[in-house]
Amino acid sequence: MPWLTLIGAVPLVGALAVWLPFTPAAKARVVALATSVVALVLTLAMALQFDVSTAGEYQFAETYRWIPDLGVSYALGVDGIALTMVALSAVLVPVCVLAGWNELDPEQSKTFFALMLVLETFMIGVFAARDVFLFYVFFEAMLVPVYFLIGFFGGPNRRYAAVKFFLYSLFGGLVMLVAVIALYVQGPGGPDGFLTDKLTGLDFSGTATERLIFLGFFLAFAIKAPMWPVHTWLPDAAAEAPAGVAVLLVGVLDKVGTFGMLTLCLPLFPEASKWAVPVVIVLAVVSVIYGALLAIGQSDLKRLIAYTSISHFGFIVLGVFAMTSYGQSGSALYMVNHGFSTAALFLVAGMLIARRGSARIEDYGGLQRSTPLLAGVFLVAGMSSLALPGLSSFVSEFLVLVGTFTRYPAAAIVATVGIILAALYILLTYQRMFTGPKRDYAAGWRDLDAREAFVVAPLIAVIIALGFFPKPVLDVLNPAVERTMQQVGVTDPEPTVAGITPAAEGTTP
Amino acid sequence: MTPLVSAAPSLADVLTAAGTIPAPKVDYFAVSPLLVVFAAAIVGVMVEAFAPRGSRFRIQVGVAVLGLVAGAALVGAVAVDGRVLQTAGSAGAAVGGIVGAVVVDKPALFLQGSILVLSLLSVLTMAERTVESGGPFTPQASAVPGSPAESLARRAGLVQSEVFPLLMFSVGGMMLFPAANDLLTMFIALEVFSLPLYLMCGLARRRRLLSQEASLKYFLLGAFSSAFFLYGAALLYGFAGSVRLFDIAQAISGDSGPVGKDPLLLLGIALLAVGLLFKVGAAPFHIWTPDVYQGAPTPVTGFMAACTKIAAFGALLRVSYVALPGARWDWTPALWGVAILTMVVGAVIAIVQTDVKRMLAYSSIAHAGFILTGILAYSRSGVSSVLFYLLAYGFSTVGAFALVTLVRDAGDGDAVGGEATHLSQWAGLGRRSPLLAGLFTLFLLAFAGIPLTSGFIGKYAVFSAAVAGGGWVLALVGVLASAVAAFFYLRVVVLMYFSEPSGPTTVVATPGVPVVVAVSVAAFATLLLGVFPTVVLDLTQGASAFLP
Repeated sequence: MPWLTLIGAVPLVGALAVWLPFTPAAKARVVALATSVVALVLTLAMALQFDVSTAGEYQFAETYRWIPDLGVSYALGVDGIALTMVALSAVLVPVCVLAGWNELDPEQSKTFFALMLVLETFMIGVFAARDVFLFYVFFEAMLVPVYFLIGFFGGPNRRYAAVKFFLYSLFGGLVMLVAVIALYVQGPGGPDGFLTDKLTGLDFSGTATERLIFLGFFLAFAIKAPMWPVHTWLPDAAAEAPAGVAVLLVGVLDKVGTFGMLTLCLPLFPEASKWAVPVVIVLAVVSVIYGALLAIGQSDLKRLIAYTSISHFGFIVLGVFAMTSYGQSGSALYMVNHGFSTAALFLVAGMLIARRGSARIEDYGGLQRSTPLLAGVFLVAGMSSLALPGLSSFVSEFLVLVGTFTRYPAAAIVATVGIILAALYILLTYQRMFTGPKRDYAAGWRDLDAREAFVVAPLIAVIIALGFFPKPVLDVLNPAVERTMQQVGVTDPEPTVAGITPAAEGTTP
Repeated sequence: MTPLVSAAPSLADVLTAAGTIPAPKVDYFAVSPLLVVFAAAIVGVMVEAFAPRGSRFRIQVGVAVLGLVAGAALVGAVAVDGRVLQTAGSAGAAVGGIVGAVVVDKPALFLQGSILVLSLLSVLTMAERTVESGGPFTPQASAVPGSPAESLARRAGLVQSEVFPLLMFSVGGMMLFPAANDLLTMFIALEVFSLPLYLMCGLARRRRLLSQEASLKYFLLGAFSSAFFLYGAALLYGFAGSVRLFDIAQAISGDSGPVGKDPLLLLGIALLAVGLLFKVGAAPFHIWTPDVYQGAPTPVTGFMAACTKIAAFGALLRVSYVALPGARWDWTPALWGVAILTMVVGAVIAIVQTDVKRMLAYSSIAHAGFILTGILAYSRSGVSSVLFYLLAYGFSTVGAFALVTLVRDAGDGDAVGGEATHLSQWAGLGRRSPLLAGLFTLFLLAFAGIPLTSGFIGKYAVFSAAVAGGGWVLALVGVLASAVAAFFYLRVVVLMYFSEPSGPTTVVATPGVPVVVAVSVAAFATLLLGVFPTVVLDLTQGASAFLP
């Protein structure tokens, strides 16, 4: 059964159904929710059949010739890492559809939900692609729905944000295009020469060639992720986008960057990746600290969350390029956890902004007493974001730091400062927005209603569940990470202190 | 010098010896598409003379469409037949077509087919009379703008129909241009397709002065470039003793003296290149493009942008792959410079344009630069990528210009005004006419090279050919120019969708059936070539070898 094609096609069909003129506008959101739930159910059904013991291999593979003249195949398949990312997308889309339930008037909502569903198709495609060209097609095509989602439905500065987002990403993507072409030229060629398998372990014609191609890919992924210093589009885009779109943008789309680093850059260009490690580690640590510092200074709630994400992406990249299995497992897990905790933060922010009509933090205060449930959700999501033990992000952040420390102690120590800063930006924000005496502006506010509870409940549940018991996800991720490590040709450094082995909560692979 | 009776000058000796004129060997089947198109053009002239005024327009459209469809069918038949192509094997020997003068090989057939299909779409946009009862052309081109004669013609309800035979002559010339196997035939083809174009540019119904200015500019500069071409051809004749492309190639390979290439050859190549690069609109020979694109009647602009490019690039391909490969190391560096300059100039200057037709003109310049990178790959995949790009770009550009004709100033009462080409008038169009804005966005995304549109596959193909040929610098400049170009395409999208409407001064006219058909076909092709390009890529790869 072509699981992945099916999961990708369901939202596309749904988008068409939503967009068609004879679908009543009022029903658009129902159709959108239904299709995204169907896609989620299919994803879960597929995940249940996933063979964990061979999670390092591509499963549910489908391979067809697409454009043989150019060496392009329509090849899908998921390993452990891709599976979790597909699942993350499939979970977040219905949540975001539900979050946008009442945000728009019916006429507009048709466009909104159709674009969201198209975006879901592209997201699943990009994570499931096993062909570099196909990956690139989805990678670039994703820009179009997001561009329109921000441009149509964003805040007052949406035009600027949408264009900036598009141009940044397109620039990275076009540079990557040259690298994609050069990679094919280096590869074996032929009608299926773009398959990732055929391009892994290439014998490059020269060190410089490999490094240049690597840089082409890495630049695109660094812009996407986004890393300092090519991050400036994210705060604008995330602040202007509606909450649901911001969730998908930061929670899933940006993961394509780190996902690409882990599953394309490292296996395809092992030598160049090792060559680039020192610089990338420094950039990652700068991102961690810089993002956190700027988050503290923000007065706009959504910009603040965007900057915290830059800090978190710094951690993810750090873990990927630490070249240890702990670091990479941690990063892969972090991608999932960050998706959920940031989604919760953005969605609560969206609910607050919908009530208050302002995203400025100073316009809030005392909400703990008026809307205790909203405050509670924000606190849980925030705590996860600052990696409180018992919540999901802690496990991944800890793994990343442990993994980095064994090889680059200095970087790990500096990055730890990021955790302290995280406590500052989350707790200060909580203090400013939620503590204090009851205020007048919130007099008539309702607390979390049933729909909103359905939006955040799954996220909070996952955050807590993965905080206490991350093993199922790690079991899926670890074999894939092991394989990547083998492809890069690195092994974990031996522990230097006799008798003590680094172990994290029984999650040793 | 003995007079050149045939296009092949070597025949001159034969003539004086025998005292008779030997009939050139003509493979009528191979050149039948050309003959049909020219015949349709001549029939069109007759119709203009004899058909009653009331039915003239309809007959002209019918003749043109029939001629183009029959031409396309014959191109298909010749391609399927294959006999012509097989007899054309041995170098310099008898080839399909007319001996020595015309060669009908696979690239020529592909280019002719592309020209015919895109001309057909252009004819449909020119036949539009729903938006304005008189069509997009002036009723009496000879009348001075603003004169009583002009308003008299307008009041009398005269309809311009000479444009169709002119178009057919032009199409015939375009089909001959990439199939020409010697420089004289090539020059004749150049003139045959250019002269009607000069005229057609001056036929716009509105903004007559701008249109006439465009016509005059195009004519003067075009005449200059033709002179350059002819002078180049003369110098190459002086060098090689023949105007046949194959003989020139032979002469070049025999000319590897210790002191480098013959100056005659180098000068000849340079002048010839000026003539060809002018026609494709490459910098620094691009100055005419924005003015002419803006002033010409919009359907004619679409036709020029799509079909002239195909014909001129086809000829450039043939000259550089058949006649001049031996001197490759001498002219490639210059062409590199031209390609880079063209991409950068087109992309950068387009940013500051405020008129949608001028913007598309600069965009076409940038695209000429992208196509040049494919030519510079110097490989079969280079030829194949250029052929694909030309067809893909042609569809999108005809569609885009057809849509431009529909955005109008609000006129008095029910009548629509002239075209609203200023970008500010396009603000908020997405809300007023989602379909038009959606289709225009599709074409813009294709121009920008976003995946799942034909533009992406085209760009990918030319850049990959360039990288495989060692030109990764060209590809890098190309992608950077694409990023810059994306900015101004996006700006139009932003205007259409994310800006408040500019007020009731802009209306979107309801098109008639021909334009609907043309735009639908263009949009469909743009998507199809983006998602399933294999069909056409197979064709272009099969058609990537030139016969000498």
